[in-house]
Amino acid sequence: MAALAEEQTEVAVKLEPEGPPTLLPPQAGDGAGEGSGGTTNNGPNGGGGNVAASSSTGGDGGTPKPTVAVSAAAPAGAAPVPAAAPDAGAPHDRQTLLAVLQFLRQSKLREAEEALRREAGLLEEAVAGSGAPGEVDSAGAEVTSALLSRVTASAPGPAAPDPPGTGASGATVISGSASGPAAPGKVGSVAVEDQPDVSAVLSAYNQQGDPTMYEEYYSGLKHFIECSLDCHRAELSQLFYPLFVHMYLELVYNQHENEAKSFFEKFHGDQECYYQDDLRVLSSLTKKEHMKGNETMLDFRTSKFVLRISRDSYQLLKRHLQEKQNNQIWNIVQEHLYIDIFDGMPRSKQQIDAMVGSLAGEAKREANKSKVFFGLLKEPEIEVPLDDEDEEGENEEGKPKKKKPKKDSIGSKSKKQDPNAPPQNRIPLPELKDSDKLDKIMNMKETTKRVRLGPDCLPSICFYTFLNAYQGLTAVDVTDDSSLIAGGFADSTVRVWSVTPKKLRSVKQASDLSLIDKESDDVLERIMDEKTASELKILYGHSGPVYGASFSPDRNYLLSSSEDGTVRLWSLQTFTCLVGYKGHNYPVWDTQFSPYGYYFVSGGHDRVARLWATDHYQPLRIFAGHLADVNCTRFHPNSNYVATGSADRTVRLWDVLNGNCVRIFTGHKGPIHSLTFSPNGRFLATGATDGRVLLWDIGHGLMVGELKGHTDTVCSLRFSRDGEILASGSMDNTVRLWDAIKAFEDLETDDFTTATGHINLPENSQELLLGTYMTKSTPVVHLHFTRRNLVLAAGAYSPQ
Amino acid sequence: MDIRHSEFLPCLHCPPFVGPLPVSHVSFSSACPVPLPGSPSLHRGLHPSREEKRDSRMAEEKKLKLSNTVLPSESMKVVAESMGIAQIQEETCQLLTDEVSYRIKEIAQDALKFMHMGKRQKLTTSDIDYALKLKNVEPLYGFHAQEFIPFRFASGGGRELYFYEEKEVDLSDIINTPLPRVPLDVCLKAHWLSIEGCQPAIPENPPPAPKEQQKAEATEPLKSAKPGQEEDGPLKGKGQGATTADGKGKEKKAPPLLEGAPLRLKPRSIHELSVEQQLYYKEITEACVGSCEAKRAEALQSIATDPGLYQMLPRFSTFISEGVRVNVVQNNLALLIYLMRMVKALMDNPTLYLEKYVHELIPAVMTCIVSRQLCLRPDVDNHWALRDFAARLVAQICKHFSTTTNNIQSRITKTFTKSWVDEKTPWTTRYGSIAGLAELGHDVIKTLILPRLQQEGERIRSVLDGPVLSNIDRIGADHVQSLLLKHCAPVLAKLRPPPDNQDAYRAEFGSLGPLLCSQVVKARAQAALQAQQVNRTTLTITQVLSLSTSAPGSGSTTTSPVTTTVPSVQPIVKLVSTATTAPPSTAPSGPGSVQKYIVVSLPPTGEGKGGPTSHPSPVPPPASSPSPLSGSALCGGKQEAGDSPPPAPGTPKANGSQSNSGSPQPAP
Repeated sequence: MAALAEEQTEVAVKLEPEGPPTLLPPQAGDGAGEGSGGTTNNGPNGGGGNVAASSSTGGDGGTPKPTVAVSAAAPAGAAPVPAAAPDAGAPHDRQTLLAVLQFLRQSKLREAEEALRREAGLLEEAVAGSGAPGEVDSAGAEVTSALLSRVTASAPGPAAPDPPGTGASGATVISGSASGPAAPGKVGSVAVEDQPDVSAVLSAYNQQGDPTMYEEYYSGLKHFIECSLDCHRAELSQLFYPLFVHMYLELVYNQHENEAKSFFEKFHGDQECYYQDDLRVLSSLTKKEHMKGNETMLDFRTSKFVLRISRDSYQLLKRHLQEKQNNQIWNIVQEHLYIDIFDGMPRSKQQIDAMVGSLAGEAKREANKSKVFFGLLKEPEIEVPLDDEDEEGENEEGKPKKKKPKKDSIGSKSKKQDPNAPPQNRIPLPELKDSDKLDKIMNMKETTKRVRLGPDCLPSICFYTFLNAYQGLTAVDVTDDSSLIAGGFADSTVRVWSVTPKKLRSVKQASDLSLIDKESDDVLERIMDEKTASELKILYGHSGPVYGASFSPDRNYLLSSSEDGTVRLWSLQTFTCLVGYKGHNYPVWDTQFSPYGYYFVSGGHDRVARLWATDHYQPLRIFAGHLADVNCTRFHPNSNYVATGSADRTVRLWDVLNGNCVRIFTGHKGPIHSLTFSPNGRFLATGATDGRVLLWDIGHGLMVGELKGHTDTVCSLRFSRDGEILASGSMDNTVRLWDAIKAFEDLETDDFTTATGHINLPENSQELLLGTYMTKSTPVVHLHFTRRNLVLAAGAYSPQ
Repeated sequence: MDIRHSEFLPCLHCPPFVGPLPVSHVSFSSACPVPLPGSPSLHRGLHPSREEKRDSRMAEEKKLKLSNTVLPSESMKVVAESMGIAQIQEETCQLLTDEVSYRIKEIAQDALKFMHMGKRQKLTTSDIDYALKLKNVEPLYGFHAQEFIPFRFASGGGRELYFYEEKEVDLSDIINTPLPRVPLDVCLKAHWLSIEGCQPAIPENPPPAPKEQQKAEATEPLKSAKPGQEEDGPLKGKGQGATTADGKGKEKKAPPLLEGAPLRLKPRSIHELSVEQQLYYKEITEACVGSCEAKRAEALQSIATDPGLYQMLPRFSTFISEGVRVNVVQNNLALLIYLMRMVKALMDNPTLYLEKYVHELIPAVMTCIVSRQLCLRPDVDNHWALRDFAARLVAQICKHFSTTTNNIQSRITKTFTKSWVDEKTPWTTRYGSIAGLAELGHDVIKTLILPRLQQEGERIRSVLDGPVLSNIDRIGADHVQSLLLKHCAPVLAKLRPPPDNQDAYRAEFGSLGPLLCSQVVKARAQAALQAQQVNRTTLTITQVLSLSTSAPGSGSTTTSPVTTTVPSVQPIVKLVSTATTAPPSTAPSGPGSVQKYIVVSLPPTGEGKGGPTSHPSPVPPPASSPSPLSGSALCGGKQEAGDSPPPAPGTPKANGSQSNSGSPQPAP
């Protein structure tokens, strides 16, 4: 069927990447150039350890530049895995590093071991002194394979690279050695949850304190914090939750069940309410056996909880703990917490509350420092007729006013290069086809008729209700030109509707096609089979609920992602499935085409997001770092970045070029279910189950707004075409419109705020709310602005 | 401890489970429709602290209700026994309990993920299946309920029990029932949710002002709806998508309706109608009283269903009351009927808050019941039908709007009784009064009509058998007689023990006795027919309604209990009527017709002294339900726990009126 696709380069399955210029996987040398691969980059970003990570950072010094020249010496055959090697959570803390060293020694990979040790700057004694050799040996091996299996398990066997050369970096060593000698058996098997020996990871909990003292320790600290000065209290209160969790886990791990229970009973009420989901998981964890394979537990263990505390408060705490000789707490602080100390005024309770809430604390400040090219790419010059159109529009009465701001945006796009834009060829993009150009022209024409929105001119909302869906509608997408609507359903089907009078037709059978006169002018019309014309086409192929759907920009393809672990590419010419992309072995929650087509991103329960190209059956990049499911994935308008929202309550921004995480946004108090970029690429809006919409400045890496109003999960977000209005749709059956211009107009982007990340959110979300529109009983699953700024909303009527 | 948890999960369906199920604990609490506005606190339903409280870290204020619920080890024993393991050690049970509880919770938490990603508010069995699949456990096959699994809850003797109701199904029934219709396929429908910022008032959109808001405006005009004020959460069943089963859900739903409103509140004092509304009003009123029946049907349909009428409500109300006033004088029967149909349509509209206009509507309707003359030719025209219809309307009004403060029902009862008792009352008015009383329910019939049967029978006989005075009187007496028979027979059938003796009836009810007797026999036969279909338990009382009398509207009255008071110091008699199945003739009308209450109701103790005296026979309160309130409470609880059908237009107030009727009303 693939042969029927319009152009050869677009034919989906191709084993050799030779068609369009493709984004090559980052090569091993690239990884090395980044300074020990993911170790340094993901150390800070991925919420990894402080001690080991910082010591290994010493190796390459300074912040790594994301655009590092590809070293020619690297073996070109290295497959995409290296980018993936830094595992979810990036647990490069001391134990892991030691374990890896032990493992290398055991596997007689002498040189690699040497290299890694040099990188890490660890002394021989440290390794030797870390415990009984035999025990650590096996433990180390398990850790490595456990960590890796998360990534490699989902990356099919053939992707595993050969063990790289001796000079390779730490990260590559990990992946190389594990997938070389040890891993093959485990590759493709179940992920880390089912690994029998998590005990190694847990070993840090072995330190035995007097279990009966724990309550005393905790309440002592609580008393201290509550009695401290107001300005410090809010900051130090951040300690409660991670300490509580780790103390509880220690008690459970050391099998003091009753103590653990009473500890939990006594203190769980102190914790902030937004940790309640995690606490619920914790409360059910009552036995050591349960700790094996509990993901939440692993998250706590493998990633350090990041706290941001002012130096004064930290000193206060330190002094207190030293006075009290409170070693138990001090150990936890040392082992499991990463305290990001800053100089200056302690933050207020509000400031803290705005930023906390994620599974692993706040993002470290360094995590959001790297430069992001958030500008838009230069639009390709499109021939004269468009300009004529433009001029005409300008000459008409009344139009100029309307056009001015648009002019700006267009101007910046086409005339001069946006200073914040990435280089045009930063990632290879597909060539424009003639049909694309036609579409662009259409788009421009529509643009001139676009309604200029604002608080006084609200858009009309057309609601597409899916009737008789029986609660089965799980995903919706609308094409950019608003001509097609696709719905993914719990019964595994994908349905495509045409919402224009033009019916959906598929291409004729091959035998009939051969009869067509290929020279005729209307060949494109002739190849269509009139008999198949209908308003609705149903695509069968998945074997589980379809959680994500996305049209390609050229409307020739449709992507769908499903519970069955696959992403499928459908042709909208033949209405058949072209490729099934396997990689996520667990449910795939979301997928989206790049705004330029060809690439797409998917994210799922396996906690990673993957970047694919339609003609590669394996992912080009694996974005690993989230500590829980990746719920939603969106491309930046310039296609150079991908944003992911996760159940760990963070939003991350990834660089498509090198797979690095360049932004971590914390502040949501619930799993994130919707994302959208502003059309100018500067801002990101995210919505979560907590019913709030948060606005982020990508360039500065700051939260810039909070929109309160929804009472249930925000399922869909979309900016108007010019970015004046943000529409949000929610499970609470409402569509709300927000004044985006006002929300972004007076941003505190002075140096201080930028440097410290201390934000003062204006309490004006009620002023920003422009309208609330209630449906009868229809959760709003999808929102879309047509090219003329009409809102299309969609959802399934679900009678209560 | 290497237990495959799958082996335990099917046992979830093994009745009986003792103690609360952790699954329900986990899933329902988190599946409940979510957080309150504006606060980052996710589950405020469980955790009542407010934002302001969050500032201080006092532990007491922010107690989360999180406890590690585990299955009781008795459950393990029960499960083990069901699998043929007779003896199982306590210690083993304990270990199993811990493990199974943990696994179940883990799976429930994973299942929630699927629920959220599936964009649903309800956890389904397939979510659980997928969660099992994630854990590499074979899913459970065969439990594909579309809705939640209807665990029933019962408590008693300090124990709580959840059980899975398994009905015995007769295969022949299934075979003989016609095939259900094929479910409709998914389709797309587009409508305007908003046009340039304004939400058009079309049926696809929710009513512009929800009933709660209309009520708030009516009752507390000074207090404008402020965001976050939960004024009357669970009071009314009518709410946007409020889950009937979950009171919390309603409370949470209430704010969004009010929130955001302050921005675009319309000035309430101005009652100007837009041009469109004026046109609509003109069209509708003209159609309603015009000559084209098709148009009228359409207009009435519009009144009964359109969500955006509340601004025109005062106009409609005035139109009706003025119309009745004029047309009664002119004896224009047809117009009166049309106006009554308008009243009916208004009452049927679920989005209107009619309380404000009841004072105008009741006199109009009452006029149509008891007026001496309603038509030009009383001997020919069927004004009786109008009286019947209006009587049903009054009953409906009573049911909906009577409260302890306005006492509508008792005032109406008093009015009817007064005009009936009066010797000089003409037959037409007499008919209306009796019809009005009879429609108010069985208890009213029992206490007010039955005692007067003999007297009334005499009067009728004197007209029918006596010298012909006037044809009109004769017709009137005839109608009154059949009316009495129609209404009293079913009540008597319930009150009196079976052997129906003509003489006994004659002794008790005088001249109407023999006729009544035969009617009662008929009613009994009907009841027996019904009883075959009803699963009779000792606690359930089947009550068959009078067949032809229950109008479409009053069909729903069957579910509402009626309290009657007797003039003496007798305790209030409370009867929670339980219509198990709707009478066949009104089958489509009763929305809540399959409701079944486990309510202790009084056994018919009709023996007694129902003599020909004017004393109403006091019926002793049922021994097993000492207070009327306990009955209604139980009934309410049952209704919440069970899967009661969605609130239909008539029923939202049912709860309210139940609790009202529980409190004593002053004797008329």
